[in-house]
Amino acid sequence: MATAAHEVTPQEASAHPLAESVVVRFAGDSGDGMQLTGGQFTLSTALSGNDLATFPDFPAEIRAPQGTLFGVSAFQINFGSTAVDTAGDAPDVLIAMNPAALKVNVGQLKAGGLIIADEGEFGERNLAKAKYAANPLTDGSLAKWQLLSFNISQLTLDAVKPFGLGNKEALRCKNMWTLGLALWMFDRDRQPIIDWLKSKFAKAPVLAEANIAALNAGHAYGETAELAGPMKQHHIGVAPAEPGLYRTVTGAEAISLGLVAGVQLANVPMFFGGYPITPASAILHFLSRLKEYGVTTFQAEDEIAAIASAIGASYAGQLGVTSSSGPGIALKGEAMGLAIMTELPLVIVNSQRGGPSTGLPTKTEQSDLYQAVYGRNGDAPMPVIAARSAADCFDCAIEAVRIAVQYMTPVMLLTDGYIANAAEPWLVPDISSYAPFPVEFAGKQEMKDKLASENPDEWKFLPYGRDEKLKRPWVKPGTPGLLHRIGGIEKAVGTGNLDYGAENHQKMTEIRRDKVANIAVPDQIVELGETSGKLAIVGWGSTFGPIHQAVRRARAKGLDVAHIHIRHIWPMPANLGDLLRGYDRIIVPEMNTGQLKTVLRDQFLVDAKPLNKVSGQPFLISEIEAAIDAALAAL
Amino acid sequence: MNDMTPIAKSTTPKDWETDQEVRWCPGCGDYAILKAVQRTMPEIGARPENTVFVSGIGCSSRFPYYMETYGFHTIHGRAPAVATGVKLANPDLDVWIITGDGDALSIGGNHTMHLIRRNLDCQVLLFNNEIYGLTKGQYSPTSRVGTRTPSTPFGSVDRPANPCAFALGAGGRFIARAIDVHKNLVGVLKAAYAHKGTGFVEIFQNCIVYNDDVFAPFTEKKNAAGSQMWVEHGKPLLFDGGTKGLTMDRERLVLKVVDVVDGDWQAAGVIVHDQTNRGLAHMLVEMPFGAFPMALGVLFDDPAPTFESAVVTQNIEAAKGKTPNLQHLLSQGQTWQVEKEPRAE
Repeated sequence: MATAAHEVTPQEASAHPLAESVVVRFAGDSGDGMQLTGGQFTLSTALSGNDLATFPDFPAEIRAPQGTLFGVSAFQINFGSTAVDTAGDAPDVLIAMNPAALKVNVGQLKAGGLIIADEGEFGERNLAKAKYAANPLTDGSLAKWQLLSFNISQLTLDAVKPFGLGNKEALRCKNMWTLGLALWMFDRDRQPIIDWLKSKFAKAPVLAEANIAALNAGHAYGETAELAGPMKQHHIGVAPAEPGLYRTVTGAEAISLGLVAGVQLANVPMFFGGYPITPASAILHFLSRLKEYGVTTFQAEDEIAAIASAIGASYAGQLGVTSSSGPGIALKGEAMGLAIMTELPLVIVNSQRGGPSTGLPTKTEQSDLYQAVYGRNGDAPMPVIAARSAADCFDCAIEAVRIAVQYMTPVMLLTDGYIANAAEPWLVPDISSYAPFPVEFAGKQEMKDKLASENPDEWKFLPYGRDEKLKRPWVKPGTPGLLHRIGGIEKAVGTGNLDYGAENHQKMTEIRRDKVANIAVPDQIVELGETSGKLAIVGWGSTFGPIHQAVRRARAKGLDVAHIHIRHIWPMPANLGDLLRGYDRIIVPEMNTGQLKTVLRDQFLVDAKPLNKVSGQPFLISEIEAAIDAALAAL
Repeated sequence: MNDMTPIAKSTTPKDWETDQEVRWCPGCGDYAILKAVQRTMPEIGARPENTVFVSGIGCSSRFPYYMETYGFHTIHGRAPAVATGVKLANPDLDVWIITGDGDALSIGGNHTMHLIRRNLDCQVLLFNNEIYGLTKGQYSPTSRVGTRTPSTPFGSVDRPANPCAFALGAGGRFIARAIDVHKNLVGVLKAAYAHKGTGFVEIFQNCIVYNDDVFAPFTEKKNAAGSQMWVEHGKPLLFDGGTKGLTMDRERLVLKVVDVVDGDWQAAGVIVHDQTNRGLAHMLVEMPFGAFPMALGVLFDDPAPTFESAVVTQNIEAAKGKTPNLQHLLSQGQTWQVEKEPRAE
């Protein structure tokens, strides 16, 4: 049977967002401060008790030429009074700060959705840059949407006039004017933003006041102004949530916090070796500030030095961590082999992005699964864990640390650009509820063994001796009596001495395989639906949100479909094969051309079918719903 | 653990030998270097358990297996990066990097440069034999133009790198040269160890199989006196039994060789070696051999703050007055409380 990817038709892709949630997209020039506007809107939304998910979508260029199509930066937020798992399919509201932003984004706007445009930016030059032959605000081409256009630029200039700013500086307040309007539309409190502006511009109070004035003016405009019909205030109810303290968290923050928590539970200091790369750098930035938590960060000269220094630190008794994205991970490959051979603990975080090569640095993809599981020379098994969401990164990072130190192995933690940048509400965990897993370095017991042995002079420490989990001891240099040498050349069983012997290599290869294969990972659970049935949608990583919503909607329609989401990519949960064999059909949606699908087919001989998307954008709920309908119709 | 820590006693060279069979070709210069290092260790009062040898890949990089210390035989070119992690994680360890001309200057050139510029406190022993030995004799980045090897059957055409000039150019604060079989090697190693910061030592090492006698013009006994100039801080730059020395050609601002008559080096204007003079060090490492002698010994030694001490100091400073509280850290940022009863709309 063919396994070609399911093609999503435009009809299937047209979404019907839940009535109780709203999707807003802020779009403008990359210099317009859209990420900032979106970020602040996110905070105010979280504070008002909505569940939410965001999707920052920005160009790779730091400051692309003004007004151009490729310079458009957008920030989408989906918020609502029910659980929100994705940044939403089609926006209900598009705020377009210039013609290019309108052109790039309007196609995705829900039919009947609202466009708010800054007509002050729709002059001839900007229209030409956006390749508009005529002004879309006036030529009727936006008829299938509701359009509100007013001169935000001029309104902002008027609002900040009293502060005597230059024209350029004054126009920079546009994003706050827009934010003010959005806050009014959705009944959000301005105070947290005002507080934030005051602290951000503490050294330039005039700028703080000007921005606050713009914010208030935008808000007042919504409240009082001469606005046409569509501009009515939305009030989104509070999402029911488990009680407790919440915060917004991005994947990069949650990974950093999880790593810190992990090394505290393991009771070892952390050494982080990194090299700047989009979208992984945020982890390096975050950890660089946490010196008081026993974290040493090192910006190395390249990706190889980043992982090599982390391996050196692990050898010396700290937990080495390194982080990168696809191209950087490729450079680290040889060193991962060294960590596997020397059996040292190490955590490698891969914030995946579109590839191959430089690919799409700021766009998301899940195409490094093969690289994570198989991408090294030799038989080089390594555990791989994939985080499903920003909040999930915290527990995944702890799990990566646990496996690394309990099995003396490098572990790869997969996240992606979407998770790394997107914010979501997070129920702050109670760290005392996590069981510690303190590391025991070799030393005391080995010295006791030596003294107790019949012939202490003949006693020999075995650096490649193993416990029941096949873990070798972790020895800190500086420990008397346990001197030994390690390296990338094949090791003799037990002694770790250099050994090229045929039988020894066979044995050591098997030990390395078995050690990883026998890592205790929790049994696979079914997120939604039954443990057997007609159809299972099996995902991993950041496709969790759209899969979950799609399966929820399908089940609400009475369809027999389940959602399975795999965290432990390698080794896989022991029950996974039997579980998958309990469904008539299996669909694996992935932002790649079918990598998990291939691994599942290989490991379990199941007829998993791919559903693939590699456009640099996350799956739409509707795309997965369409695949569910098609699969069940074919049964 | 203290109760079982052996009382520190002085060691002998024998204490630094492992039970491993040494696997270099008979007659390899590496044997002499190994012996010299094993002789150096007791003299500097090093402790085996506190010593880590880190190496890359190549003949020389097998070295750690033969030292009764902690050792890490890493991957090609990356020893400086691994060593940086080791030293940052535990600055109390004595870290020695063993590398070769291909390992340090070809595949690992980037790491060598950054190690030296950061000034990590460690010793780098670069075994320079001007050839790739382990891969069976291809030319290396230090091979002279015209070197015929399996990969350059018509002679190499690219200009060689000068290890000491490279290290000095990267900002090195300790630059020395020595010869595998020469008795002065131990003294140079001791000076490198005494220097706080990256102690860079180029050791001319004879590869008896693929590049035999490439350094003979100055290492052979009969050539030694006239071609080796062992420098010493505060002493005149003399060679050939004190009958020749280096002076400054003031008009052209270059070094030149002068004859010294009746030992009166001052009359001949011979320069007194100042190991803290960076400009002089540049001239000494750049002297073309033949017209000039080979400058050997500690050519430059001018300590500066080390990388790991700067990192540790900043870590301590930045953490000062802050109490780590993970629960508090998790709860930072914009937070909100969800009450037991969901708020009414």
